[in-house]
Amino acid sequence: MSAEFYFGVEVFLNGLMAGVMYSLVALGFVLIFKASGIFNYAQGVMALFAALTLVGFQNGQIPFAHLINAIFGTELHHFGWHMPAFLAIVCTLLVMIAFAYIVEFLILKHLVNQEPIILFMATIGLAYFMEGFGDLMWGSDIKKLDVGIPQGGNFWLEENTAFLGGDNFYGFYLDNLDIVAAILAVFLVSGLVAFSQYTKTGRALRAVADDHQAALSVGISLRTIWVIVWSIAGFVALIAGIMWGTKSGVQFSLSLIALKALPVLMLGGFTSIPGAIIGGLLIGVGEKMFEFLIGAPYLGGATENWFAYMLALLFLVFRPQGLFGEKIIERV
Amino acid sequence: MIQAEMAEMADAGYTTADGRKIGGIVMEMKNITLRFGGVVAIKDISFDIREGEIRAIIGPNGAGKSSMLNVINGFYHPQEGDIFFHGKKRRSLKPYQIAEQGTARTFQNIALFKGMSTLDNIMTGRITHMKTNLLDQMLWWRSAEAEEVANREVVERIIDFLEIQAIRKTPVGRLPYGLQKRVELGRALAAEPKLLLLDEPMAGMNVEEKEDMSRFILDVNDEFGTTIALIEHDMGVVMDIADRVVVMDYGKKIGDGTPSEVRANQAVIDAYLGVAHD
Repeated sequence: MSAEFYFGVEVFLNGLMAGVMYSLVALGFVLIFKASGIFNYAQGVMALFAALTLVGFQNGQIPFAHLINAIFGTELHHFGWHMPAFLAIVCTLLVMIAFAYIVEFLILKHLVNQEPIILFMATIGLAYFMEGFGDLMWGSDIKKLDVGIPQGGNFWLEENTAFLGGDNFYGFYLDNLDIVAAILAVFLVSGLVAFSQYTKTGRALRAVADDHQAALSVGISLRTIWVIVWSIAGFVALIAGIMWGTKSGVQFSLSLIALKALPVLMLGGFTSIPGAIIGGLLIGVGEKMFEFLIGAPYLGGATENWFAYMLALLFLVFRPQGLFGEKIIERV
Repeated sequence: MIQAEMAEMADAGYTTADGRKIGGIVMEMKNITLRFGGVVAIKDISFDIREGEIRAIIGPNGAGKSSMLNVINGFYHPQEGDIFFHGKKRRSLKPYQIAEQGTARTFQNIALFKGMSTLDNIMTGRITHMKTNLLDQMLWWRSAEAEEVANREVVERIIDFLEIQAIRKTPVGRLPYGLQKRVELGRALAAEPKLLLLDEPMAGMNVEEKEDMSRFILDVNDEFGTTIALIEHDMGVVMDIADRVVVMDYGKKIGDGTPSEVRANQAVIDAYLGVAHD
């Protein structure tokens, strides 16, 4: 086999890894969309907010320090302690659960039975509010996130695959972070699927997704379910925030990864958890391979920016329900 | 208060023609009025439901029957009137709280969880009986597992009872209409309700399916002693299975009594057959 072939394989593997990262974000969307029919525009900002909060806890930042300083003329910024990563993650999770309660109490409760577009608009408002709130609470500077996940190329893999492609090939390069992300994603998805299949609350989640009135009539409280769903989505946002934050720093642009999740959802379908994963992988692999095989040699490169959206557009035309979404059949 | 309870105990029901013992009053509706804006759906209606009886609500289309069921079930809250449950005045509750009190229902246009299997649908009916908390379920601790198994057994018994073993794993969206109705009944039964509300359980069924459904309703009432309130259009069915019948027309009550009493009631005959206006 030529070195060229192995480069292709490497691109493929890296595509898979990039896809996992997209899937992590898409997963949060699917969870909320399934249970409440809301397309949660704020999912990306939730990931940003979770990452900001995590860094804040770890470094012992004082929340709203700038605001307090501005009002009282003080010079506060840090508590002066460093929280261990695990404890910080638990605290952040608690914050995300509190956030779910607040969203339900302040927004969702008042918008029951409203049109989807109204709920969508509400989440846009929520997204921008949270963005500002996150800045106000933790400051707007770019932060480094390190919870002990290994980063950089995996030497073991590189050394043990170097013999494959002759002199010009130095072995497959895969980032450790991406490998960790992939493993986490596998656990996360199997956990979520098992939870929704085999537990009372999981069944209640699916029931609410299917029919609100029927769910109420068997004794399911919609509000409780919504808090649970938003908490789980918050948890997924935290994982996505950790992975993306570790990769590229915690900064505003993190909230824009939500946009990359959109084509993933078009492919996988808005209502399928496995679909979100496979959609993410397809997009990741597709854009990397397209760039490698067609984009770079013939189109002048930089096709990664638009490939995913083009693919989504094709899907919208030929298979609007996505690969795994439920086909909508209206009986006439 | 105690006197009122004593009075109720003294009023200990009646025995039906086929020898079933009917108990005291489970639910009493007093002067219920329900309005949607200017439209009056229910006008000053009072009636009661006794323990162990099959109580039918009948009436022409738009008479307010389904609204009545929705009031009992908590989907609608009447502007006037009180509801007494086991002699106690019921405050304004959410539907899921009423479900927790032991009221289950089916819907006129089947409201099943279409993407879920028959088994899962009926399992959702057990939710009010499952008490483990979220953390136990997430970690799948023994309590959660034991609870799941115990409730699964109850559900399997209901599946046997309704003779739907063959479709246990089928997503209900794919089932024919008659079977969907049966699964919906199963889901309601799974809650082991004290009061079972059935909104047109036989609508759109053929004769054979109607006979099956009638048999199931009678069996439920007989074997579990479940109190049943049902809405039905098919007069033949109502006359066969109901112990007492409330007749509604234009949101008002125009008759109340045993099937034979109701059948002889002139107002009821007029409502169903029409009256000549000079």
